[in-house]
Amino acid sequence: MAASSRAQVLRLYRALLRESQRFGSYNYRTYAIRRIRDAFRENKNIKDSEKIEELVNKAKANLEVIHRQVCLFLSFYLSCTLLS
Amino acid sequence: MRPLYMDVQATTALDPRVLDSMLPYLTVCYGNPHSRTHAYGWESEAALDKARRQVADLIGADSREIIFTSGATESNNMAIKGVARFYKSRKKHIITTQTEHKCVLDSCRSLETEGFRVTYLPVKKNGLIDLKELEGAFQPDTSLVSVMTVNNEIGVKQPIHDIGEICRAHKVFFHTDAAQAIGKIPMDVNDMKIDLMSISGHKIYGPKGVGAIYVRRRPRVRLEPLQSGGGQERGLRSGTVPTPLAVGLGAACEVAQQEMEYDHKRISQLAERLVTKIMSEVPDVVMNGDREHRYPGCINLSFAYVEGESLLMALKDVALSSGSACTSASLEPSYVLRAIGTDEDLAHSSIRFGIGRFTTEEEVDYTVQKCIQHVKRLREMSPLWEMVQDGIDLKSIKWTQH
Repeated sequence: MAASSRAQVLRLYRALLRESQRFGSYNYRTYAIRRIRDAFRENKNIKDSEKIEELVNKAKANLEVIHRQVCLFLSFYLSCTLLS
Repeated sequence: MRPLYMDVQATTALDPRVLDSMLPYLTVCYGNPHSRTHAYGWESEAALDKARRQVADLIGADSREIIFTSGATESNNMAIKGVARFYKSRKKHIITTQTEHKCVLDSCRSLETEGFRVTYLPVKKNGLIDLKELEGAFQPDTSLVSVMTVNNEIGVKQPIHDIGEICRAHKVFFHTDAAQAIGKIPMDVNDMKIDLMSISGHKIYGPKGVGAIYVRRRPRVRLEPLQSGGGQERGLRSGTVPTPLAVGLGAACEVAQQEMEYDHKRISQLAERLVTKIMSEVPDVVMNGDREHRYPGCINLSFAYVEGESLLMALKDVALSSGSACTSASLEPSYVLRAIGTDEDLAHSSIRFGIGRFTTEEEVDYTVQKCIQHVKRLREMSPLWEMVQDGIDLKSIKWTQH
């Protein structure tokens, strides 16, 4: 399989951040955004296409998790903490 | 408005990745994992197998050595009572420490009423046990040594590796309560020569009501089960395993394994930030427990001349505690702090700050700022603080009762 292009990876990165912004919980939201940024930064110099593919698939799976959990939390989240 | 959460030693928030893995088993996949005659059972059983492997991988064990329980309290009970009772015909002595969790100490107490002898090892001022004292505590009929890895109140990390070596040399089983340690610091049961290990789900961003116990197969550790019933979990823990909770524990272990380095680095930075800021702004703050051998996410500070409970009340928009949640309802000073030789007044003025995966820099800064502000305010109201400022040594005062 061909390695994902730079544009595809950037699209995925933006989608992950956009979805994470929707977390109702302050702590989950800030964690998700921080973790995604750090992970993409950490892996930005990887050249091996197989490894890139593996990371892209992991990110896609995580995007689904975030999406599902955001929806779930939207329906449950009632009150916010001080710093939200 | 809910307070900020800085009490992660009491419990942690469920990680969304963990909840996501549990949801199918709370909804569509409701089969009994022990049902052998249909697909509902098989899919639940397969999920349990995966979870067992995830737990085992985190601690370097074989998945057949993992028994699911309801939590670390049950695991501790099983390990201590189970081993003691199984070998009771030949061995009647157990060694533990004074700073263990209540459930370990209480299990030992109940064994004492059954005729066992228990040595409660003291700890040094830094909260660590003295290995020479451990060596000296062995008796010909010692069956078990139980020492926790990371203390839940002061965060100190016992020399598990050395204790494991010593126990193996004496051919005595070694149990460790690793509820506050696994997933946060690297643990390997073979490397550390651990024979039994207690694990909790809700301390590692997993669900409450589930835990596990690691029971070594080679050399085999035998224990008498506490519960009688259908013989699930190799006959050691009868009762249907709650599939969604076990799946959650497994997922929490896998996430913890992946994130351990990242979390540890970040938590260390935040802890450093909290301690340095408080200590540089407020005099007479004592950090309880060893400065080096510790898990950084658990910080126990004593603010001299301030009543811990008043400080907790003042810091009402931050969820904190003065120690273990189990004993937080009483005003008695913590027995862990007393065991490390903390003066009565300092033991009364301690607060535990817990930093975890979801703690932010902003939360640390807010806590620090509020803490400094209230410690200063409370000290200004305190006659003791005033006397200290006037150069009076409080220890020299003979207090008389009226």
